[in-house]
Amino acid sequence: MYYLGIDMGSTSTKVIVLNENKEIHYKKVVPTGWNCLDTANGILEELKNNGIERDDFKCVATGYGRISVPYMDKTITEISCHGKGACYLFNEKNFTVIDIGGQDTKVIEIENGAVKNFNMNDKCSAGTGKFLEIMANTLGVDINSLCELARSSKNHISISSMCTVFAESEVVSLIGRGTSKEDIAYGVVDSITNKVRGQMGKITGTNNVVRLTGGLCEIPFILDSLSEKLGTEVKSDPLGRYAGALGASLFACNIK
Amino acid sequence: MSKEQELSEIMDEFANAKKNASIFVKNASENGDIVIGSFCQYAPMEIINAPGFYNVLLCGFNYDPPIPLAETELPANLCPLIKSSYGNILGKTCPFAFYSDIIVGETTCDGKKKMYEMLGKLKDMHVIHLPNVPDKERSLSSWQAELELFKDALEKRFNVTITDEDLRKSIHTLNIERSQTARMYELGKYDPPAMTGLQMRSVLTAEYFMLDKKNKIEKTERMLQIMEENWKEGKGPYKKDEHPVRILVSGAGLDGVIDKTIKTIEDLGAAIVCYEGCCGILNMRRPIDESDPDPMHAIADKYLEVPCAVMSPNTRRFEQFMDTVKEWNVDGVISITVHACDPFDIESKKLEDICEENEVPFLHVRTDYAPGDEGQLRTRIEAFIEMLENR
Repeated sequence: MYYLGIDMGSTSTKVIVLNENKEIHYKKVVPTGWNCLDTANGILEELKNNGIERDDFKCVATGYGRISVPYMDKTITEISCHGKGACYLFNEKNFTVIDIGGQDTKVIEIENGAVKNFNMNDKCSAGTGKFLEIMANTLGVDINSLCELARSSKNHISISSMCTVFAESEVVSLIGRGTSKEDIAYGVVDSITNKVRGQMGKITGTNNVVRLTGGLCEIPFILDSLSEKLGTEVKSDPLGRYAGALGASLFACNIK
Repeated sequence: MSKEQELSEIMDEFANAKKNASIFVKNASENGDIVIGSFCQYAPMEIINAPGFYNVLLCGFNYDPPIPLAETELPANLCPLIKSSYGNILGKTCPFAFYSDIIVGETTCDGKKKMYEMLGKLKDMHVIHLPNVPDKERSLSSWQAELELFKDALEKRFNVTITDEDLRKSIHTLNIERSQTARMYELGKYDPPAMTGLQMRSVLTAEYFMLDKKNKIEKTERMLQIMEENWKEGKGPYKKDEHPVRILVSGAGLDGVIDKTIKTIEDLGAAIVCYEGCCGILNMRRPIDESDPDPMHAIADKYLEVPCAVMSPNTRRFEQFMDTVKEWNVDGVISITVHACDPFDIESKKLEDICEENEVPFLHVRTDYAPGDEGQLRTRIEAFIEMLENR
């Protein structure tokens, strides 16, 4: 028997398959695209090509598209899944997980390996991956380059607009004023990590072990900026973006 | 008729109360009866009902068409309840306002106060000014004077005399209704609960729209009876061995967001066992003192106890909050506030602090009448319930 976890996020869909020994047998990231159902069926097809038929696995789906996976056995929210996956990944029991996703940023407080409290950003995209993506587009670079540009900024500026649309016009006027790309990039990253710090403030946990998951966790400058803001070293893991899918696959192991 | 059928008919009547009330009000108005529109529980129904006038609720609970219409005159960044209420009157989509002979406004926030000034151009208004401090020594006499003014205004406007005897009768009737509501909340104490939170909501709304009080009281009595019997026979809304997580819902303006909050919570398998905040349990537990020789004093004394977030400091609410959590054996608190309702939004932080101190899981969700946030709300609520189930 295999245990399949699918984390269908707003931008990308993460897939993890565990074997009987709870070891990662298969993993993949695909763009979610505009049709969740097609994406889900594509994954099923892909698994078949890898010799895994529907009867061979139990499946838990999570993420905003969790109800669009027609063959799932159960849905569990991304909060619980990220918590579970992060415990496994980081081998910690008492810590705080930050997940910066495409449309949501979550701060999850874990106590004794279980979710104790959590906080999610409001309806708007301030402080999320989407914000970073749009700003990168405006600057004509990709997200990774934006973060590297930010590192070499000489004059730290701040972007005051929280709203992505307003922030974009702010960036455009900074470009117009001749502000360097590096400084603007710094302002963009700073805006996100500030927002995350605000969200952290609402979670009152006392431990200072903080781990980052989600699509941005592979970018060193994001980790550095967060560490500086939070006053503690924020670490991640190469599999950080799979935390939700991993948690889902671990939950799938409990399905009878 | 079987008990099940009888209960289902009563619940249907409650659920359809608002719809049926528009016909009732139309007929009453054409009959020459007096209809008074009001917005919240600060409008003393005892005084309105005493001379036989009907009281209807004018709070708007829908988004389209009233809110886009209201936003042509009011700021978009205003509480949806204020915008919806105003828009429904402006666009003549509220039959209750249409048939109201006079509208009573209660100054429960600055947004409403200013909206009433605009409403005064569309309808006859009487504004009841609330005290700021809910402290009896500082505010009771001025509050009673304000209610006397309201009584005088009704007498003059409609050429009636409201006697102490009239007041005593309506106090008595509404005390029965109040105690029934408190008993309804008691059904949530059972394990598993003998009534769902969605059903409670429907009875609470009916309070404002079943204008034939005698009928309302009879039906509620029967409902309470049947639900209690059903529970004993293991035929309540939950199976005997089912133990859904028990939620206390707190907040204000909930009627406009029932589907994406209340209904979602229960669809996800949790049980709302009680409500706190606007129209919640607190105000239902003590009746108006029927032995008070001055009925106006008794009314003022009781209404000063409404635990509305507009009062400062709103001590009564916070003093009793943990008692409610303990008495109803609550697993988690969900505070629901609507966009730009600053008093309740800010007080939510106080509730959070109390919960943290007492290790009660707490979730605050902010929403609006406008659609679009259902998915995100559902994820938050679902994650909160998962968290409670894993404890």
